[in-house]
Amino acid sequence: MAQRARKATLQLRYLAHARSGDKGNTANVGLIALEPDYYPLLLREVTPARVAKHFKGMVSGVDRFELPNLSALNFLLHDALDGGGTISLKTDAQGKVYSTALLRMEIPVPLALARRLSRS
Amino acid sequence: MSDRVVRIAAGQGFWGDWLEAPVRQVRGGPIDYLMMDYLAEVTMSIMQKQKSRDPRAGYARDFVPLMERILPDIVERGIKVTSNAGGVNPRGCAEAVLEVARKLGLAGRLRVGLVTGDDILDRLDDLIRRGHPLADMETGRPLSEIRDTVLSANAYLGMAPIVEALRGGADVVVTGRVTDTGLTLGPIFHEFGWSPEDWDKVAAGTVAGHIIECGAQASGGNLLKGWRSVKGMADPGFPIAEASPDGTFVVTKHPGTGGVVSVASVTEQLVYEMGDPRNYITPDGVADFTSIRLRQRGRDRVEVSGIRGTPKTPMLKVSIAYFYGYKAVGTLVYAWPEAFDKAKAADRILRRRLADLGLEFEQILTEFVGVDATHGRLSGRPPADLPEVQLRVGVRARDRAPVVRFTREIAPLVLTGPPSVTGFAGGRPAVEEVVAYWPALIDRREIEQHVKVDILSA
Repeated sequence: MAQRARKATLQLRYLAHARSGDKGNTANVGLIALEPDYYPLLLREVTPARVAKHFKGMVSGVDRFELPNLSALNFLLHDALDGGGTISLKTDAQGKVYSTALLRMEIPVPLALARRLSRS
Repeated sequence: MSDRVVRIAAGQGFWGDWLEAPVRQVRGGPIDYLMMDYLAEVTMSIMQKQKSRDPRAGYARDFVPLMERILPDIVERGIKVTSNAGGVNPRGCAEAVLEVARKLGLAGRLRVGLVTGDDILDRLDDLIRRGHPLADMETGRPLSEIRDTVLSANAYLGMAPIVEALRGGADVVVTGRVTDTGLTLGPIFHEFGWSPEDWDKVAAGTVAGHIIECGAQASGGNLLKGWRSVKGMADPGFPIAEASPDGTFVVTKHPGTGGVVSVASVTEQLVYEMGDPRNYITPDGVADFTSIRLRQRGRDRVEVSGIRGTPKTPMLKVSIAYFYGYKAVGTLVYAWPEAFDKAKAADRILRRRLADLGLEFEQILTEFVGVDATHGRLSGRPPADLPEVQLRVGVRARDRAPVVRFTREIAPLVLTGPPSVTGFAGGRPAVEEVVAYWPALIDRREIEQHVKVDILSA
């Protein structure tokens, strides 16, 4: 319990920036640590399973690729775009803002870090 | 020689990009090449449609008046241009550029390299008959299932014909479906005389191409990290790759321009439209994005090094566009108070009417702009009583008739639905033809023997 008490949850927007794009009916989100120090935290907490849960009902599956050299993770979100490209009826037919939708996700972080970042 | 760099400047990131950018790239400082990418996945089909109405059309028309503005500078400064503006009619595009050059008094002073052979529309039946299924890379379905609806089919070519055109003395290289990265790789390989089988060098040039191919998206545009602190975006500097003979390069922009070139701006562009980062496949080779090292080397200068690559694959990608059906999107704006509830009520009424009319759609999609259009259910519950909400309803069908009828059902809601509604001055929504994209692979030997490079003189 003591261990737990020192944890808090924090939205990814305080830990990462992101850009997204499309390939057919798949959206990709590149999630980039705001500081290289945060990358291990992203690697540990932003798992494909958690991202799939975050986007439940919006995507059919999630793949994750690691780019430690860029302190980044790349996610492929399958069947995310209502057919994609010209077929899609979505405002975001090309998945341009799936990036910030991922930044809504909350992950557990050390309490001190959460306090420092949510203040900045 | 060892410290010689080749400067490749991005002029357009897509068909419709900022028209001033190429002019400023040419006049704002030293560059050796101007690279202009015009072709997105569905652009070829739009061009094919234009060509079917007018055999002289079918290329990025913006390119010609743009060249008219910059050709005198290009000739004066010895800058060369690589562009896939040719679309489905590269010959028409090349001839239009030559005509403009003559008009400018540049006869005898400009050579245009014309690359053809990517267009396989007329060869499709023969290819299918000879056992090339051209199956959809996403679904695995063979092309024969939709053969009758195909509008355009082009193989993605790499840098080889561009290198050949430059070697032949071309000042402006006009191509059809050459990859975005090939437009940058071509000049670098031509200048440094690298072997096309030096896979690390191919990968390095590919990464350089990928970074600059979307224009200002690498130099401050659409940059999320610290977006408020990006200055001067009314006059953004488009990216320039300064390539060195050792395979490293620096991404920068002209001095005095707006925007920023930083590790963050380059990284955001690197991950854009990324698949498996270890296998970034182009016709020229395969780049490993996990090998890329970025270092800030002064203001608006990012050094890119360490890139590794592996050999090209035996296949080329083919971009096929086919007729899919019809769609339309209707919108109405509801005002405070209870704007969201009014918009939801209007959506229910509309859907009931569409059902009562017996209209059949493949898809009806409702979004409430201001509430959930960008992030869906992740948007959460909206704040109480929004000032306004836009109802946005889209429909898609294989047949035209139900879509046409849908476009007649939006305006009536103004007088027969919830109150405080506006924003319908644009009239009935347009019925759009849906042209869909069918990505496939083909044995590169089927394509490469047909690729042709002509050098034309003004």
